[in-house]
Amino acid sequence: MASSSSSGKVEDLRLVNLVKDYSGVRAVDDISLTIPAGSFFALLGPSGCGKTTTLRIVAGLEDPTSGRVFIGEQDVTIKPPYQRPVNTVFQNYALFPHLTIHDNVAFGLKRRGEKDIETKVSDMLDLVELSDLARRKPAQLSGGQQQRVAVARALINQPDVLLLDEPLGALDLKLRRQMQIELKRIQVDVGTTFVHVTHDQEEAMTMADTVAVMNSGRIEQMGAPEEIYELPKTAFVANFLGQANLMEAEVVDRDGGQLVVQAYGNKWAIPTARAVQNEGQIIVGIRPEKLRIALGASADTEATNSIVGTVTDASFVGVSTQYLVRTPWGQELIAFEQNLAGGDRIRVGDEVSLTWEKSHSFGLAGHENVDAGVMDLSGAIAEAVTESS
Amino acid sequence: MAIATEKATDARLPLHYRFTRYLRSHFIPAIGILGLIYLFVPIAVVFAFSFNDRLPNGRGSVSWVGFSTDAWTNICVDPNICRAVGTSLQIGVLSTIAGTVLGTMIAFALVRHRFRGRQSTNLTIFLPMATPEVVLGSSLLALFLSTRIPLGIVTVLIAHVMFTISFVVVTVKARLAGLDPRLEQAAMDLYADEKQTFRYITLPLVAPGIAAAALLAFSLSFDDFIITYFNKGPSITTFPVYVWASAARGVPPQVNVIGSLMFFGALALVLLAQLAGKVKRR
Repeated sequence: MASSSSSGKVEDLRLVNLVKDYSGVRAVDDISLTIPAGSFFALLGPSGCGKTTTLRIVAGLEDPTSGRVFIGEQDVTIKPPYQRPVNTVFQNYALFPHLTIHDNVAFGLKRRGEKDIETKVSDMLDLVELSDLARRKPAQLSGGQQQRVAVARALINQPDVLLLDEPLGALDLKLRRQMQIELKRIQVDVGTTFVHVTHDQEEAMTMADTVAVMNSGRIEQMGAPEEIYELPKTAFVANFLGQANLMEAEVVDRDGGQLVVQAYGNKWAIPTARAVQNEGQIIVGIRPEKLRIALGASADTEATNSIVGTVTDASFVGVSTQYLVRTPWGQELIAFEQNLAGGDRIRVGDEVSLTWEKSHSFGLAGHENVDAGVMDLSGAIAEAVTESS
Repeated sequence: MAIATEKATDARLPLHYRFTRYLRSHFIPAIGILGLIYLFVPIAVVFAFSFNDRLPNGRGSVSWVGFSTDAWTNICVDPNICRAVGTSLQIGVLSTIAGTVLGTMIAFALVRHRFRGRQSTNLTIFLPMATPEVVLGSSLLALFLSTRIPLGIVTVLIAHVMFTISFVVVTVKARLAGLDPRLEQAAMDLYADEKQTFRYITLPLVAPGIAAAALLAFSLSFDDFIITYFNKGPSITTFPVYVWASAARGVPPQVNVIGSLMFFGALALVLLAQLAGKVKRR
């Protein structure tokens, strides 16, 4: 059966040209990637982007239309789920309601005819701090406890890869933050590869070593969280992973390692290395927390770009204040300002300047839609509805 | 005195509000209790008349003659009554087994698989339930006569399995539809193959639905008069047929004894099931 890691050796997970069509709709569009053994990998994307389908193909619960799945050197593409060294933590947990917590956790070991089941189960229940509840049924546990049972039930089998399908989606915010840290700790402890599917960008960045941002069946960008946050390559990634100010501009000159661009009468510079194209129409991007806001016109320096505008909204959120600033050409930019000074804040209607380090800007392809991946309200509601159903 | 009353009412809620509130809290429970009485009076009458004495000529009577435990101590005084109950039990058990197995398999097919004609099967399953029994019974008789299948216990069994299947399918389907398919996927993910998944996860979770379906099938079969009467032939007599035939001469109190026993048996089953559920949950 499953060549589990009783030897302690964990294998790489490799997807090769994976495609999945659902009656004409392409859910997964030619995904190839290697997830190194022992890493914490997050598949991040909006609902319907194909991330859960990809996960289910790895688990064996869904057949790919074409492509292959490898674990180490073993091709598992056509193996049934019960012959793969992979276990899953399901969305809403899928705990067996008629079995006790103990029997839920022991289920996988019993099917494989393992020895010392009692010791292993009680060790695992200790790890997730549920030993007292071993004789209870799942319905008698809280959401957070059920979540830990689901993790224990999968992890006790020592899989090469643990798949987590939106495992924290049903928990409230505070518990979710707590479980993120807990899961990360368990992953470091056991050293198993975790593949985590989520639509929550903050969750993905907090937990994963590597984040792959998915959009309509494809991986838009993949890398360490800080890497893709600081240097997004597409408008979708820029907008979906945090927030971004994206402005249309034209390259007018090249100056050493910098592109000089012109936008609505402003001249800015961005490092050539941080732009995906270096001529013609491009999109200049800057993260809201990189913008410095000040009353009146700015004193431009060698190292900064700037814009003037009018404050249209200021929301105080404790650690910071979020400003909306309308530019002369009618675009609204977001700026986050930490509450270092206190007192004397900028108010709605004030004329301000926004300045940022040239080295913080990034350049995207000019043909892109600056609103790609923006979470508008109707989208968020639709997502909430599909999830609760 | 008048002033005092006025002062007291000031603090109270308006009269019409208190009146509707009184109605809400007392009227609806009262109606509920009346409804329950309506349901249980016939059963109480059956039980009471099982203690009715016989008329001096030895016949059963529909009016009260006198108290006697004679019927309870001599249930099989007429051997035909016990033979009829035996026949009914035999037919009931056999048709329940066949109907439950077939109906459960159909329910699984309808809920778990997508195939051509699934929607029309879903509809046709309801047809036997919607067709008047008298029509089913007489056309089945025509079928058996034209195909020269001799009437007897076999034809009754065929007929009973036919009409119990629909009820089993509907009952098991409801339970299956409420079963999260992810539970079976989780079992497969935890190294259970198809057979083990069915044995350890699907079957235990659907079992209450199957048990309910089997009970329903049994009582439908045991109870059936019309279809049975058409298709039984002269050689066998079921309990309902016996009761109907004896009604002309006055129903013996033993019939009420058997009715009461059936009722208390069913009650005991339900209580046992509830008790078992409580013990298991601990």
